[in-house]
Formats: sequence, structure tokens, C-alpha cells
Amino acid sequence: MNPKRRKLLLIVVFIVAGMGTATGLALKAFQNNLLYFFSPTQVVNGKAPDNTQFRIGGLVEKGSVKRDPDSLQVSFVLTDTAHEVKVVYDGILPDLFREGQGIVADGRLKNGKFVASQVLAKHDATYMPPEVADALKKAGVKYDYKHHRMIQ
Amino acid sequence: MFVELGHFALILALCVAIVLAVVPIAGAARGNVRWMAVARPAGRLLFALVALSFIALTWAFINNDFSLVYVANNSNSLLPLRYRITAVWGAHEGSMLLWMLVFSGWTMAVTIFSKHLPESFVARVLGVMGMISTGFLLFILFTSNPFTRQFPVPANGADLNPLLQDPGMISHPPMLYMGYVGFSVAFGFAIAALLGGRLDVVWARWSRPWTIAAWSFLTIGITLGSYWSYYELGWGGWWFWDPVENASFMPWLVGTALIHSLSATEKRGVFKNWTVLLSICAFALSLLGTFLVRSGVLTSVHAFATDPTRGVFILGFLGVVIGGSLLLYAWRAPGMAPSNRFDPVSRETMLLMNSVLLTVAMTAVLLGTIYPLIVEALNMGKLSVGPPYFNAVFIPLMIPVALAVGIGALVRWRSDDWRRLWGQLRFAFFGSIVLGVALVLMLAGGKYIMTSLGVCLAIWIIAGTLVNVRDRLRNQSGFMAGLKSLPSGFIGMSLAHIGFAVTIIGITITSQFSVEQHKRMGVGDTTQFAGYTFKMTDLRDIKGPNYKATGADVKVTDADGDAVTTLHTQKRSYDDVRGVTTTEAGIHAGVFRDLYASLGEPLGDGDWSIRLYYRPFVRWIWFGALLMMLGGIMAARDRRYRVRARQEAAALEAGQAGQAARS
Repeated sequence: MNPKRRKLLLIVVFIVAGMGTATGLALKAFQNNLLYFFSPTQVVNGKAPDNTQFRIGGLVEKGSVKRDPDSLQVSFVLTDTAHEVKVVYDGILPDLFREGQGIVADGRLKNGKFVASQVLAKHDATYMPPEVADALKKAGVKYDYKHHRMIQ
Repeated sequence: MFVELGHFALILALCVAIVLAVVPIAGAARGNVRWMAVARPAGRLLFALVALSFIALTWAFINNDFSLVYVANNSNSLLPLRYRITAVWGAHEGSMLLWMLVFSGWTMAVTIFSKHLPESFVARVLGVMGMISTGFLLFILFTSNPFTRQFPVPANGADLNPLLQDPGMISHPPMLYMGYVGFSVAFGFAIAALLGGRLDVVWARWSRPWTIAAWSFLTIGITLGSYWSYYELGWGGWWFWDPVENASFMPWLVGTALIHSLSATEKRGVFKNWTVLLSICAFALSLLGTFLVRSGVLTSVHAFATDPTRGVFILGFLGVVIGGSLLLYAWRAPGMAPSNRFDPVSRETMLLMNSVLLTVAMTAVLLGTIYPLIVEALNMGKLSVGPPYFNAVFIPLMIPVALAVGIGALVRWRSDDWRRLWGQLRFAFFGSIVLGVALVLMLAGGKYIMTSLGVCLAIWIIAGTLVNVRDRLRNQSGFMAGLKSLPSGFIGMSLAHIGFAVTIIGITITSQFSVEQHKRMGVGDTTQFAGYTFKMTDLRDIKGPNYKATGADVKVTDADGDAVTTLHTQKRSYDDVRGVTTTEAGIHAGVFRDLYASLGEPLGDGDWSIRLYYRPFVRWIWFGALLMMLGGIMAARDRRYRVRARQEAAALEAGQAGQAARS
């Protein structure tokens, strides 16, 4: 092989190795960071994984929000109208968090409770997170996407 | 009446767009000069009609014409005038019309600033833009018409989403669209070159200033969006890897690859095919971004199920644009002139590396953004891809990019020697390591390897750029005189690269050294962190024009007990039908740090939850982006694009005339 060819080969090997590493990194990071969604019904039925981060969504049960008097600790009950899961959270709830409102939360299960690391309620009060709407639908409540309201 | 006029103007615009799409291209194919001459007036008429229609919609908003469904859904008679105007693009239909307005604006710009280009080429570019206009106008008129009336007329509107009632929102979407849509010109140039079979150095020179201008607008648009989310959302975050953000970031990544690849094509005649592909890709991603954000598909794939026409139209349009241009590419590109040769150590290699890495980064972002949509559409469950994924993939990819930016502009075209480069750069290399590590040690004391690396890389870029500037000035008599003699393209590039470095410094330091506390506080409570004492001094009710609010004052003192500032933050609740609550953050901005307070929620007993942040160097992120944009504008204004392009076009036309005379 002449030196020029060898140089070129080196570059090609370098590029391929770089791309390979990048792809590997990407796929690994991808695997580790997929957040699956489970509804309260699925959680109660034991479908959700233990000790793995996942996302849960539902309606905040009316009258279920309880705050610790000295800290930011808060707990509430999430429901898809068929089943309920208790959620505990240490942090500031989002602006649009309200009883009766659809929300999603990221976190993991511990002793039957969902320990949330993040609670999300987006956009505006009429917005229903699609996951929540879907979970409600499975539990027998219909949701009108176009007008953002539930059809009883 | 005026509203009907606007609606009618939009329909007329569609007719003009169809003419623009057909006649000039046919003329260029058959060599018919009169048909080609239709392009310019038609392009200008298109702009006038779309502008008229946009003004009519704005008029309806200003006059609270709630007989229009779109106005009723997104405005309210209590809304201040300036927000009634910005509400025009506050939702899907109006933002599509804004898109169309910006697009026809770019079309108009091409008709004006193309005097030095050959007629057949201009005809083809404008023809391609006419085709895209046709598609978009059909989409607006048939699926997203903002002029739809409703009866009975509601007494008042539903109001604009309060998050959008903010000055940042006035300028963010138009800037973003200027960028998105600007890539359509690069796309038009690429397609015209493919159609005309002239994919060469001259084409790249024509395309460059347009592409760089579009890129500059997109840069500032993304920056405004990031800044807006920082001070308006109340979370103190500046980037969330949210699908909406990714949608604008992907065209930016490809656009960055494109402006670099174009320079190689222009200067050395290499990577022609790759550059065309990037032009197509940048515009395709812009289209995808527009649709992703505004069609509701991100909220739920099922949003399409309730309104299938929109979804089918979008997929069809994307399919025609991307598929059609790739088909043309496959047909025409292989026959193009062969590339020039270059050595492994050369500017070409550096630029190739840059575009490959940026394209890989874009693909990673694309995967993370649309994978959840695909999984959901296939009914395989619901999932989301979190920010850790994007960070884990994106940041390592940026390390070689940053390394290459430091050297890139110093490497000679065609062939260079590592030893020569090392001789020029060794001080910069060691200097940046020492300086970067020293800076991080000074800030935090050891243990932060990633931070040191980020800062070292940024200083490396700046050092490399300065070495390059000094190199260029070596034979000049005085510094200022020398600086003046440099082409503005070179100054623009250096400025943009330094801007990139400044942004890296900002991102690295703010990600690593930010301190935040979420506290429960009442009046008189204090907390300490990052060398500051935060004390809540006041909590009171406030009445606004269309909201009620609770405001809090947080007094900040430094380690010596001296007062730094009093942060004022509010929690607003809008007393309209939506019942929305928003947070106004209190920010004390500084060159080296921001102090940030945002009120959470009432916890009872007069206590509130509150977020307090110490964010070092956060402003550097946006300042760097601003430098990148300024660099882009300077580069786009380089005289040589206009002067040389004019000469070449003249030569070309003379050549064609000569050929015609001989045959």
C-alpha cells in the first residue's frame, strides 16, 4: 500500500470507528432513557415494573391532596376512574396542578406508592395529557380530543 | 367586508401560486423568455395578496370580530391591543398564514435580489417556490382556514393562552419562521440547479448568502425561544429537549452543516451532491418542524384521528416534497461534474467531519423526537424519551465538533501538513488546557472533569480563531487597517465561531454549577446558598387588567451582608374561561450569574413554596448565540457574493449567446 492510500484508509477507519461509537452511545442511552407509560389500572394489576422509572397519568382525585405542614412534601391520589394509586412528591407542583385535573408524573413504585420525581401538567386547564385521556378511555370514559373535554 | 376581502385575496394568491409554479419552469425548460419573465411579477403579486390577507386577519383581531371561529378561540375583548395583534399567530391556523406570509416575503426577496442571476435560473427558483406556495395555500384554505365564520356570533372570545401573552412571544415565531422558511430559498436553488443540470461552484456561490441569512434568523429564533422559556415558564430552565424545541433545532443542525458544506463546494468544487442533499434535508426538516409543532401531532397522534384531512394532507405534502426532490436528485445528481481531489489533512476533510458529525447529531435528535410518535401510531404502547438520552448522545458528539472548529479555519484547502498546524497551534493547545482547568478550579475546586473539558474546548476554539486572525493580519501594517481589509465573510466566520465557544462556556458552567432550592417560605423566612442569603420580605395581592396575582419580594444579600437586589416574583391567575395560572419570575441578571426567584403555590399559614436559583454564566448561552447570528449576517453581506456572481452570470449569458449564434 502506498502512503497516500494508507492515510486514506486510516481516515476511513477513524470515521467508521467514530460513527460506530456514536451509534453505540446513542442506542445505549436510548435504551436507558425510554420512559414507558402505565395507567393506574395497569399499576394496580401489577403490570408496572418495580424499581424502574416510569410515567403514570390520571386525574387527581378530588379532596385527596394532603400537604405536610413544615415541608414541601405532598401526597395525592391519581385515578383513571377504575383504579387508584397514591402518589408522593417532594417538590413544587406545576402551575396547572389542580384537583380533578389530568396530570402525568415520572417516578418509581415503592411499597405500593408512586414516588414522583417530577409532576407535569402542561399548557392550559382544558388540556388533557393524551396518555391520561387514553387511560381514561380504557377505563370506560370517553374523551373528545378536539374540544378537550370528557364525554360521560 | 374587509375579512372577506382577505379571504378572497388568499384564494387569488393560490391561483397566482399555481401560475408561478407552472409557467416559469416550463419557460425555462423550453427556452421561452416571455414565460420565464412571468416569474418576478407573479412572485411579487403573491406577496402582496398574502400580505393583504394577513392584514385582514389582523384587522379582525384588532376589531374583536368574534364571528371568525379562529378569532373567537384565541382572543378576547379584554386582551391588550398588542396581544390581540400577536394572537394572530397564537394558534395553528394563524401561524400557518404567518408561515405563508414569511414564505412569500422570501419569494419577493428573491425577485428583488436576483438581478445578477441568469433568467432561466431565477425562473426555476421562483417556480419551485411557487410549487411550495401552492401546497401551503391549499393546506390553509382546505384544512386550516382562519377565515371560517361561525353563527351565532359569541359575545366574547376564549382569550389567548396567557403563556403567550408576553413580548418574547411577539418576536419568537416570526424569527423562527424567517429561518425555517429561509431554507426554502436554499432548497429552491438546489432544485433549480438539479433541473437545469448546472450543479457547480457558481450555484454554490449564489446559494451561500441566502442560506447563511436563513441560518442567522433561525439562530436568533431559537435563542429567543430559549430565553422566553427561561423567564416565562418559571422553571429557570433554558432548554428541555422538548419535541417543540427539537423541531427547530434539527433544521438548525443541518443548516449549520449546510453552510459549511456550501463553502467547500464553492471554494473547491467538492461535496456537490452532499450539499444538495443537505439543502433538501434542511428544508424538509423545516417543514416537518412547522407541522410537528402546529398540527397537534405532538400532543397526541390521535389528534389526527379526529381530523384526518389535516394529517393526510401533511403526510402527503411532505411525501411529495421530500420524495419528489430525492427522486430528482437520484435522476440528476450522478451526472454532475466530478469532484476535485483533496488530501486527508485539508480544510475539506475538516468540513466533511463537521457535516457528518452534525448530521449524526441531528439523526439522534430526530430518533428521540419521533420514536414515541411511531410507537404510539403502531399501537405498541406509550413512552417518552427523556432529556438524559439527548444529553448522553449530543454532548459527546459536540466534543470532536469543538475540536475541529478550533483547527478548521486554519487548515489549508486541498492539502496541509500536521506539523505546520501543530507549530501554529501548540501554544493555543496548551494554553487552552491550562486556562480552562484554572478557570474551573477557581470557580469550584477540582472534581469536575466534564466542566474543565467543556471550558478547555471553548477556549481552544477562541484561541484557534485568534491565531487565524493574527495569521491573516501578519502582513498588514496596522491592526485596525488590517481588520478593515479582511473580507466580511472571514470576520463573520470568526465571530460565529467565537460565539459558539461563548455558548459552550455558558452551557457547561451553568449546567454544572447552578444551585437551586425549592423552599417553603413565609414573610421573614430566610435561606442561604451559593454565598447569598435570600429573605422573603413581603407577600401581597395585586390586581392586573385581566388577572389577579400574588406578588412576593425576596431580598438578596451577599456574604458580607450587603444588599444585592430585591427579586419580585408573581403568581398570576387569569380570570377568564381557561382559568390559567402563570408565574412571573423575578430575575436579577448579571454577566457572571443570574439570581432567580419564582413563586410556587400557597401552602397555607401564609407560606408559599418558592424556587430559588443561582445560575452562573447562563447569559453566555444567549450572548454566544447572538454572536453567531451577527457573524452570520456579516458573512451573508460579503461583497464578493454579489460582485463575482454578477461577473459570472454576465460571462455565462455571453457564453450562451455565443453558443446560440454559432448554432
